[in-house]
Amino acid sequence: MRKTLTTAVLLGLLVLLTLMVVEMPLYGDPNAPAHQGIMQKYLDDSARDTGAINTIAAIIIDYRAYDTLGEATVLFVAVIAVTAALYGGYEHA
Amino acid sequence: MHDMILEMLGRVLIPATQLFGAYILFHGHLSPGGGFSGGTIIGASFIFYSLVYRFSAKKHRLRHETSLWFEIGGALIYVGAGLVGILFGRHFLTNQGVFPIGEPGRIWSSGMILLVTLGIGAKVAGTVFKLFQELLEGGAEQDGHH
Repeated sequence: MRKTLTTAVLLGLLVLLTLMVVEMPLYGDPNAPAHQGIMQKYLDDSARDTGAINTIAAIIIDYRAYDTLGEATVLFVAVIAVTAALYGGYEHA
Repeated sequence: MHDMILEMLGRVLIPATQLFGAYILFHGHLSPGGGFSGGTIIGASFIFYSLVYRFSAKKHRLRHETSLWFEIGGALIYVGAGLVGILFGRHFLTNQGVFPIGEPGRIWSSGMILLVTLGIGAKVAGTVFKLFQELLEGGAEQDGHH
């Protein structure tokens, strides 16, 4: 039962992720959203908008700060997973 | 067991590593680096400390709560900095107009970015060290319960 459920969830994830990859613009596509002038905007305005002269920091912690919060959550989940894997068998041991 | 060479090396290298990590963290908005790399370096210094004092007196060992508090504190700083934006009637994680931007190129500039970088650094250092602790001691503690 548990195996069937796990397989079903994983297959569902596979379908979802594959659909997302199919939707993504091709590599080097000139019509991709990334090539519609956003690059120039970051380079021109990031120091004035954020006060950071490191444009990468300006992007990941200001323009895309919400994504970085998700990235920090990934670390949290990694710790939980390792802890659960190491201590998980207590009750059944 | 007590290893004098390791301990003497640790006395020199651990503060130097932590200073370098703090430098990377505080210059995240000025030069390459930032929360993730600086936090990893500081976490590595904790791992070094743990390896040096692992076999000596028990009071020298860092407790599990230490890494947990790093983890929690980092997350709280990050989310707290985001909520300040909402308090000022702006979006979550707004920088411009909420935090003082300062003069670009100085250490005390870029408002929220420096604060959030320190939060990420604490969180990553906590994560790296927590993973090390769990992998080092998790199995041993499990044996004690059998």
